Amino acid sequence: MATAQDQTQPQRPAAGDVVVSARDLTRRYGEGDTAVDALRGVSLDVRAGELVAVMGPSGSGKSTLMHILAGLDTPTSGTVEIAGTEITKLGDTDLTRLRREHIGFVFQFFNLLPMLDAEENVVLPLSIAGEKPDKAWLEELLEKTGLAKRRSHRPSELSGGEQQRVAISRALITKPTILFADEPTGNLDSKTGGEILDLIRDSVDTYGQTIVMVTHEARAAVIADRILFIADGLIVKELTGASTEDVLTVMSSLSS
Amino acid sequence: MTLVALKGLLGRKLRAALTAVAIVLGVAMISGTYVLTDTIKAAFGTVFTTVYKNTDAVITSKSALGNNTNNNNLPPSFPASLLAKVQGLPGVADAQGGISDFASLVGRDGKVISGGGAPSLAFSVHPHGDQHFNPLTLVSGAWPVGPHQIAIDANTASKKHYKVGDTIGVIARGPEQTFTVAGVVKIGGVASLGGATMAIFDFPTAQKIFNKVGKLDAIDIAAKHGVSPSQLVREVKPLLPANAEVRTGQAQAAQATKDTNGFLSIINDFLLAFGGVALFVGGFVIANTLSITIAQRTRELATLRTLGATRRQVLRSVMLEALVIGTLGSVAGLFLGLGLAKGLNRLFVHFGIDLPQAGTVFATRTVVVSLAVGIGITLIAALRPAIRATRVPPISAVREGAVLPTSRFARFSAAAALLTIGGAAAIMLIGLFVGGISTTDRLLAIGVGAAAVFVGVAMLAKTLVPPLARVLGWPAVRIGGAAGALARGNAMRNPQRTASTASALMIGLALVTLVSVLASGLKTTFENAVNSVFTGQYAVTATDNFSPISIASANALKKVPGVQVVSGVRAGDGKAFGSRIGVTGVSGDISKVITVKWQAGSQAVPGELGNNGAFVATAYAKKHHLTVGSPIAVETPSANTMHLVLRGIFAPPKGGSPYGDVTVSTQRFDAEYPNPQNVFAFVNIAGGATAANTAKLTAALKTFPDAKVATASQFKKNQEKGIDMLLNLLYVLLSLSIIISLFGIVNTLVLTVFERTRELGMLRAVGMTRRQVRRMIRHESIITALIGAALGIPVGIVLALMVGKAIKFAAFTIPVGTLVTFIFAAIIAGIVAAIFPARRAGRLNVLEALQYE
Repeated sequence: MATAQDQTQPQRPAAGDVVVSARDLTRRYGEGDTAVDALRGVSLDVRAGELVAVMGPSGSGKSTLMHILAGLDTPTSGTVEIAGTEITKLGDTDLTRLRREHIGFVFQFFNLLPMLDAEENVVLPLSIAGEKPDKAWLEELLEKTGLAKRRSHRPSELSGGEQQRVAISRALITKPTILFADEPTGNLDSKTGGEILDLIRDSVDTYGQTIVMVTHEARAAVIADRILFIADGLIVKELTGASTEDVLTVMSSLSS
Repeated sequence: MTLVALKGLLGRKLRAALTAVAIVLGVAMISGTYVLTDTIKAAFGTVFTTVYKNTDAVITSKSALGNNTNNNNLPPSFPASLLAKVQGLPGVADAQGGISDFASLVGRDGKVISGGGAPSLAFSVHPHGDQHFNPLTLVSGAWPVGPHQIAIDANTASKKHYKVGDTIGVIARGPEQTFTVAGVVKIGGVASLGGATMAIFDFPTAQKIFNKVGKLDAIDIAAKHGVSPSQLVREVKPLLPANAEVRTGQAQAAQATKDTNGFLSIINDFLLAFGGVALFVGGFVIANTLSITIAQRTRELATLRTLGATRRQVLRSVMLEALVIGTLGSVAGLFLGLGLAKGLNRLFVHFGIDLPQAGTVFATRTVVVSLAVGIGITLIAALRPAIRATRVPPISAVREGAVLPTSRFARFSAAAALLTIGGAAAIMLIGLFVGGISTTDRLLAIGVGAAAVFVGVAMLAKTLVPPLARVLGWPAVRIGGAAGALARGNAMRNPQRTASTASALMIGLALVTLVSVLASGLKTTFENAVNSVFTGQYAVTATDNFSPISIASANALKKVPGVQVVSGVRAGDGKAFGSRIGVTGVSGDISKVITVKWQAGSQAVPGELGNNGAFVATAYAKKHHLTVGSPIAVETPSANTMHLVLRGIFAPPKGGSPYGDVTVSTQRFDAEYPNPQNVFAFVNIAGGATAANTAKLTAALKTFPDAKVATASQFKKNQEKGIDMLLNLLYVLLSLSIIISLFGIVNTLVLTVFERTRELGMLRAVGMTRRQVRRMIRHESIITALIGAALGIPVGIVLALMVGKAIKFAAFTIPVGTLVTFIFAAIIAGIVAAIFPARRAGRLNVLEALQYE
């Protein structure tokens, strides 16, 4: 595996390459009578430059799927490959390294460090890896996310939308192979949420960033190239280029 | 509400346990101290009661100056003729005379067998006839008979492997003599009186070796049937000379117990003081831990408020929690104290204080005081956090990341801190410098003042933390990279919390610094004094550096070829102008080996004292308005009065005078004091201090194992050993409060890890390794510890400056090396404190951490 130092200028995979590949994922929590099957055999491929939304009612297994794809949870059976590496058998240190090099995260609750200012939060993954940020890329990101003037403010001095933009910049700064966004608009009002969705879509269109986004909001899902619907631990439907109505129709059929 | 508080406590077991640790250790110190001293007191009490079991009354010699027996000045013996007079009294059934003195035993290695600071006792026995007055019992062998036999205590016999039939050396007055061990004995049922060695001779032998032929030190009396002990005492009283007294056996046992208890009370108070310091530090830790817990429970408390709980109920629930923690901690501490008592005893044995112990005494007082103090401190410490808890507004229940409102007085905190420090310093200064205060009040003022200084500095610490952390965190950033930088940020992010945590450590470090600076000052002045005074080439002292040595040893050195001067300083007690003084005796040639500045007279004065001349130090002359030619009347322990004339006044150096308050000629001293001895002697020899001369002098002292020769620099080192010993004892005792403050750091870090769980999850998610997480926690811990050192060491230096000024005889020197060691110790403390929290943080499951609320 490549070391962190080799990755200062990561090359994006060519568009269309499979960057995340999951096969026959199952995940069982607990044992015996009380066992719960969160995933019951899920396979999927994510291609470079693609924005995939994962939708489903609560308890459908969509969060579990994302956690397993991101190497935060281990499947009971099945495999996950990220950038050609089988990750389900990796130890903690190798997983951590993989996350540093290939994975970016955007959380519902931003998870910024309160004692660092916006810019410091953005470059945090690089600081942790002991790398210097690419100045031009950092400036471009701050400009794009509208944080250029707010760069020296602490999270407590930023609005929720600004905080999430810091979090997105933090995820993009390493040009990760894959970015996972977990309900990125879940904690924002609809106007701010809309701005964040625009930013996410833009990062795919402008930079070719590959993104997997878990959401339960139809208006968020429709920005995706592809929407996967999950119910009872299985992918039950896939839509491409769907409208809000299409999504709502599928969702209501799932929850009934 | 009560149920909520208790259930909440159950849900936070680890936090509660960590909080309680601070109290457990402090209370253990208190209860351990009581158990230890009570146990020793009981043991002594039993011994003395047993010793005087068959004695209705006892006559003992006493100093005409009052009761004070130590190696330096035995009370003078009374004439043996008193025994016949006592035996002739109508109420007396039986009476027996005895000798008691001091004699060292010499081991097979030719070295004095040390009683570990306890005296080397000597007694006489009457080997024939019934032994009903005899406080000793034979363990093996028989009572010694004749001039070549001895009995020794069972403790020495077993420690040094002596049995009946072996030979053993004894130093009484003069060179070592050899005796055959006839018996091994116990006293009052115990193998040893606090480690004291015992040499037992038959009565005539004892009289002879202690130069007490025709004299007695004690008479044991049994009353005739029907005569009460107090009647007996009344009968005996008129017969007594000025230097003897009579008591009933019971009263004598009580007196002996009282004397030892006086000493034990000092030990007791001394140890309790350290227990107090430990609890004080514990209070800081508890207050801080509870503050953090409350801050973390803001939402929970707010929810309770929205459900209708009043402020009073919130206050009560927090105080109830404190009560439970305090009670559990105090009970645990109480019992831990039982174990600690054994540890303390071992510590004292190690530092040369060996005390007898029988069954462990666990007094009601111990239980009451330990619980009351432990619970009391916890409740006081909980008060501030509890009041803060009441200020949580109900709206916090629905707000993400709500924080406690700051107090209305928060912006005055720095000013309040400075005011507190100022007031505290004022109290201390009063205690240190204002005259006419009792010692108790003085110590109280100093103690309260110092405590208030610590509180004040702790209050100020909040303001100092950000700049300190920025500076002290610099190495962390250099070494630890991103983890180090985050650690520094974390340390600065809640200044109040870091300040409180560091303050607990500050107290311990300040006290350690205080004693080390004072000790270093004492040593410096002492060295300066020796350098200016000691102009001889060799000093002769006891092997233990403080006991007196026989004049015979000095005389033996005079015969060594090349020796030019051997001059000793005699020492004894006296009374002049109504108070006890130290009397020393010197001869003219002392001026060749000791040089002092003379305010009146010259170095010739010691040689011109004659039979009634005397010299004193400047301060003594000033106090009693003495000038050359003034008469001085000095009462001796034998109830004589020396009428002396002042011949000279000298100015002693800071750091110790070689002479006592009043110095007379050796010739006069030896005439007035029975069994005179030197405290030290000095030697000049042709060629000066060389290895060959050292060997020659040492060889001449071969038969005097209690004496040794030392060059000037060795002499200084030997004398400083006492200071070092005390210093080490203080370090060990103060380390308890440092350990408690370590738990404080552990607490804070563990709670911080709880609090930042989701943050840690994020850091791990974006690529932080477990190692980096541990490193981050460790650096935060080190930074906190260093802040404690940065606050504590200067505070300690300032305190030392104040105390040093007050006790005058200490110079102010900063032991840089020692203080640097303390800084390293703080770093190590930080690393140790971080082990557990860092491991917890490193082990966090990323996924669970991210979802942690």
